Amino acid sequence: MIIPAQYFLILSAVLFFIGVFGFFTRRNLVSLLISTELMLNAVDINFAVFNAYCHPQLLEGYVFALFGIGIAAAETAVAIAIIINVYRNIHSIHIKKLRELKH
Amino acid sequence: MEFHTNLFIFSGLAIFMIVAAVFAVVSSKIMRAATLLLFVLFGTAGLYFMLHYSFLGAVQITVYAGGIVVLFIFAILLIGKGSIDITHTSKLRYLAGVLTAMAGMATTIYLIHITPFEANHFMSADVPMKTLGISIMGTGRYNYVLPFEVMSILLLACTVGAILIARKK
Repeated sequence: MIIPAQYFLILSAVLFFIGVFGFFTRRNLVSLLISTELMLNAVDINFAVFNAYCHPQLLEGYVFALFGIGIAAAETAVAIAIIINVYRNIHSIHIKKLRELKH
Repeated sequence: MEFHTNLFIFSGLAIFMIVAAVFAVVSSKIMRAATLLLFVLFGTAGLYFMLHYSFLGAVQITVYAGGIVVLFIFAILLIGKGSIDITHTSKLRYLAGVLTAMAGMATTIYLIHITPFEANHFMSADVPMKTLGISIMGTGRYNYVLPFEVMSILLLACTVGAILIARKK
């Protein structure tokens, strides 16, 4: 049986908004990054599903999902380098303590 | 009974992923959150396998589960004591988060529901590796060698950037 594309899209929408909720409520840089990963992952699911159901002969979404995964890896590496640097400077990764960049 | 196997697997994966994602977002220990994120990423790989995109599923497991989660765990272990998430977020912020997520989810699901989808011409065969390789590395129409090269430069730049940012003075 072929699962309707809508089921996949609804699942990825739910995952995306769980990530949004996490981004609103977490107060810690690593947790924020985890929420971002959830959102990026949901978007990658959408790329693959639209490719599989709408244009299975063209591979556009497939390739873009691959690039999305690569970009997520690059982004995480830089973000974690920044977080470690922040921790080294102010000994905390709680957002409340990160006020110096504001001025 | 055999007719509904796919649907059964899909609902199992979906429930697993949603539960893991919710706990990843509300759990007060970061290490636990990272592990639950790993479960969500494995579930996503399962979805790709269900779509018969096995290369994408393999990349998802190696890069996401093998690379990114390991980076997360390294960061959490390096930070150590500071990584305990003291979640005394105010009630107002919590409520705002719930409301935004619910409103967004309702809008999106409504839009998905009312959008007519064309009859699915779903191919139930795996994409051959040769086709995929030509599609990534080819120079013609609907081939993506330029984004591929841009990606390689991005990865180089971010490697250099990460070393520069994180090295000791």
